[in-house]
Amino acid sequence: MSDHSDNLPAVQEPIADPGLPAHTPRPTDIDPKAERRAERQVAFFFLLSMVMAVLFVVAYFSLDLGKLEEDGTREATDTFWGLGASHVALGVTLGLTMMFIGIGVIHWARKLMSDVEISEQRHPAASSEEDREETLAALQAGLEESGIARRPLVRNTLLGALAFAGLPLIVGLTDLGPVATSSVRRKTLEKTVWKEGTRIVRDVTGTPIRPEDLEVGDLLNAQPEGLVHLHDASLKREGVDYLEGAPLHIEKGKASLILLRMEPKDITHGKGRENWTHQGIVAYSKICTHVGCPISLNEQQTHHLLCPCHQSTFDLADSGRVVFGPAARALPQLPIKVSEDGYLVAQSDFTEPVGPSYWERDSK
Amino acid sequence: MRLLNRSAGRVSRLRRGPLAGLMVMLLGLLLTGSLYAAFSPANADNEAKSDEALIQEGRDLFLVGCSFCHGQNGEGVSSQNGQYGPSLIGVGPASVDFFMGTGRMPLQIPGQQGPPKHPVYTQDEIEAIAAYVGSLGPGPAIPDESEYTLNLTGDERQEAIVKGGQLFLANCSACHNFDASGGAMPWGKVAPTLKNTSDKHIYEAMLVGPAQMDVFSNGNIAPEDKAAIIAYLNSIEDNPGYGGFSLGGLGPVSEGMFAWLVGIGGLVGFAYWIAAHTTRSQKKEEEA
Repeated sequence: MSDHSDNLPAVQEPIADPGLPAHTPRPTDIDPKAERRAERQVAFFFLLSMVMAVLFVVAYFSLDLGKLEEDGTREATDTFWGLGASHVALGVTLGLTMMFIGIGVIHWARKLMSDVEISEQRHPAASSEEDREETLAALQAGLEESGIARRPLVRNTLLGALAFAGLPLIVGLTDLGPVATSSVRRKTLEKTVWKEGTRIVRDVTGTPIRPEDLEVGDLLNAQPEGLVHLHDASLKREGVDYLEGAPLHIEKGKASLILLRMEPKDITHGKGRENWTHQGIVAYSKICTHVGCPISLNEQQTHHLLCPCHQSTFDLADSGRVVFGPAARALPQLPIKVSEDGYLVAQSDFTEPVGPSYWERDSK
Repeated sequence: MRLLNRSAGRVSRLRRGPLAGLMVMLLGLLLTGSLYAAFSPANADNEAKSDEALIQEGRDLFLVGCSFCHGQNGEGVSSQNGQYGPSLIGVGPASVDFFMGTGRMPLQIPGQQGPPKHPVYTQDEIEAIAAYVGSLGPGPAIPDESEYTLNLTGDERQEAIVKGGQLFLANCSACHNFDASGGAMPWGKVAPTLKNTSDKHIYEAMLVGPAQMDVFSNGNIAPEDKAAIIAYLNSIEDNPGYGGFSLGGLGPVSEGMFAWLVGIGGLVGFAYWIAAHTTRSQKKEEEA
């Protein structure tokens, strides 16, 4: 405190500093018995922590996680209240090991460590006048000695070197992806794998769909053929490109589809979309036009598809029109038809980019 | 004459007695109850009953219990405010078994959605009504146990359950939640939890698409895939909660509430304890 006293402004307090109240001792300060009791309590918490650490080791080795049996059932796992006993025991014992150390330390500080009140004055953050002058003088001397003002060649090349040092950083940013020029956008954001004749298959199973499979009210989560990891290898066909890994996920993120069958009389066809459906079967992008959540939360009787992320609601009987929520664009509709062999296929790609809007969406 | 007057007086004294109202009510209830029992269709068991007799019994029950809303021939009833009870022609026996077996029908009160409750009708009565409704028009039949049970063992069973899980996540989890604990729908409707629903009723719900639920017909999700989804649902219920308390399996709402109330609340409690004043003594400290 005295170190800074020379640095303190001389301020006249409007009200005299009342000072600290008189210090009153704790029972542990004056009663040796109480002091010993508190000491034992602190030690007890530390002992409890040790016990918990030991119990952790015991639980780790004794409790069974359960093994998978030959017949597919799981060998009886040790459970506790319907929870995995091992996880519960390990978590509780390790947590209490830490907590008892903490409780012991705080109890120690509250009962036994010094509790005399102290006060410290706040002091100005600025350095003293002398220090500031001294520093400025040193800086000035350094500039003079380096001669940076007299040697423009050195100065300018230094500035150039510093500017060029930023280049590797900027070049590294190109790893984020191609620059979204209009030709790149046409091949990426604005294009999906759907094209004329691409079969629509069920998600997960990957089986093709005949229109007569579907009843009025049916909802299907569908994918283009080739984007479903097939459980049944016999479904693979010649001439279909089966994607794997990252390309699969990129394409699936754009091409996922919702397929519904409704009463044909319920559908209000959009302009020029009269032939986009087949006997009341309609197909829409599954990617919300707001921020791109996959949606399949549909109400059968109203044909309203609700996005669970921000409650955007689309009317699937009316060209995917937005009826509620923050989405600004209708859900893109995929024109579909029936192929010669009787399966549902796409007529073309989506006629507009799927998913959320982006700056350049409407600029050509 | 005097005698008559006296007895009339006695009756009227009785009529004014404090228990008279109660007696009249009990008598009335007894009479109504016995009349109902005498005239309502008997609940005989359905075994060894011809289809025609079953349909006839179902029709009798339907006329008493269902026709007020669904019409005397199941054609539905419309009111000024729109539909009162929908037509049941072509909904099929599976629909009847689902709605009545889960207690959703008969409806206690018209509203957004019929909540499940304890079934009012016995299974035999439900089957009779289902047979009658099935006779009105073709629709999905009540599934056999072999249809909704997965008859596989070992690795094949595990594989089917994994596939059932993927199908569940792709087709069902949007409304019924990742843990099948249900979720909210627009305008106060709910997608119910599937945890307390029997295998048969889950299968029927997929077949018929009750209320706002979409249909997942056998052409949409094959019967064996439906059985795989049901086996998956059973398997997640059989597994112990490795992640600790599920807090209802509702995701961020209940978990966030727990973190805020119990987690941060506990931390605030500890902070109070750390900064609280300890007991002080009135005695003076001895000068050391």
